[in-house]
Amino acid sequence: MNKLQLITKGILKENPTFVLILGMCPTLATTTSAINGMGMGAATMAVLIMSNIVISLIKNLIPDKVRIPAFIVVIASFVTVIQLLMQAYLPSLYQSLGIFIPLIVVNCIILGRAEAFASKNNALDSALDGLGIGLGFTLSLTLIGAVRELLGSGAIFGQSLIAGDGMLVFVLAPGGFLVLGYLMVLFNKLTAKKK
Amino acid sequence: MKSSLKNMVVVLFSITLIASLCVGLVNKITFEPIEKAKAENIQKALKNVLPEFDASEEKAMTVDELPVIVHTAKQGEQVVGYAVETMTTKGFSGVFRLMVGFRASGEVYNINVLEHSETPGLGSKMGDEGNSLLVSFKDKNPANMKQPLAVVKDGGDVQALTAATISSRAYVDAVVRAYNAVQQIKGGANVATGATSNSTKWSEGEPAAEQATAEEAAETVNEETQKGEDNE
Repeated sequence: MNKLQLITKGILKENPTFVLILGMCPTLATTTSAINGMGMGAATMAVLIMSNIVISLIKNLIPDKVRIPAFIVVIASFVTVIQLLMQAYLPSLYQSLGIFIPLIVVNCIILGRAEAFASKNNALDSALDGLGIGLGFTLSLTLIGAVRELLGSGAIFGQSLIAGDGMLVFVLAPGGFLVLGYLMVLFNKLTAKKK
Repeated sequence: MKSSLKNMVVVLFSITLIASLCVGLVNKITFEPIEKAKAENIQKALKNVLPEFDASEEKAMTVDELPVIVHTAKQGEQVVGYAVETMTTKGFSGVFRLMVGFRASGEVYNINVLEHSETPGLGSKMGDEGNSLLVSFKDKNPANMKQPLAVVKDGGDVQALTAATISSRAYVDAVVRAYNAVQQIKGGANVATGATSNSTKWSEGEPAAEQATAEEAAETVNEETQKGEDNE
């Protein structure tokens, strides 16, 4: 598998949201608007790339039976470090993304990639895999967020397009499930044709 | 790698040790910048809700069982306004915190939402520029508004946010708490200068406090029954 494929497979063939169906909890919780979805995606991508690199570097030192706790410790430390650094040096970004950061620890995409990819491949490939999956996650979350924001409050990225209140249900949890379900159908229909 | 008790213990211990060392180090480095950023944030919020001022002092107190912080803003010796970090537990998703700025005369100058977790697109609109709640309070003295202070639905004259009645009620609750805190400060300050103005100030503050409790009682009763019909 060449390097470019490592990145693109995360966006299409192994898209974490629409194909692997991983990380549904943060997906539904944070996609109330396009910008929130994008923020969660970007923060997850940063943690995913770094934890993939570190886990791939230390994979040979970890006994099999304790690998999951070891991975969790690595991931949680990265999340904490990122949270502290953002709070200190990028306070305005932290204000808008801060609430999502602790959610990243429990995002199963990161543990999933550590287990399925980083613990079997070298550091460079793991970083690219993290980048690809991270991009796929970011794009899917932005898309879901944009659809929910458009239907729910008539706006995209905070820019009001339609006057009035929109269909509020799409901003709330039930609308999140609906949008996620229909986008999943659409995504799989489109990618199935290409095969 | 094959697992044995010895290598599992050693590896897991060293990983957690290294990880906690790293986190501790980063915490040490970022401690000061974080404190600075927080203080700057408070200053920015103060500037936003108060008229021009050059110094402020803060005082923490408890109003109706919840902590509030009153920043008294001064231009030279003259008190120009009060900014109150107030909070309410009646939000649709629990606690939210507001910064309410009052002119020295008691009118609301501006209100900032510091922290909330209300539903995006519904209750979260209380943070928007020119939303109906802010407009209802802006440049008005809560003591001169229709009493008891409440949203239109409950017989007051505060315009609630569309489909977010519970968030709006909580907002009113937080503003009332802020106003009462300022009245307490003013009362305290007036004792030193003259007793006559003191008594009138207190009579202004007292009814508001009473009404607030009456309103709260009404709210708790209403909330249960109305939660079903209100979207929020």
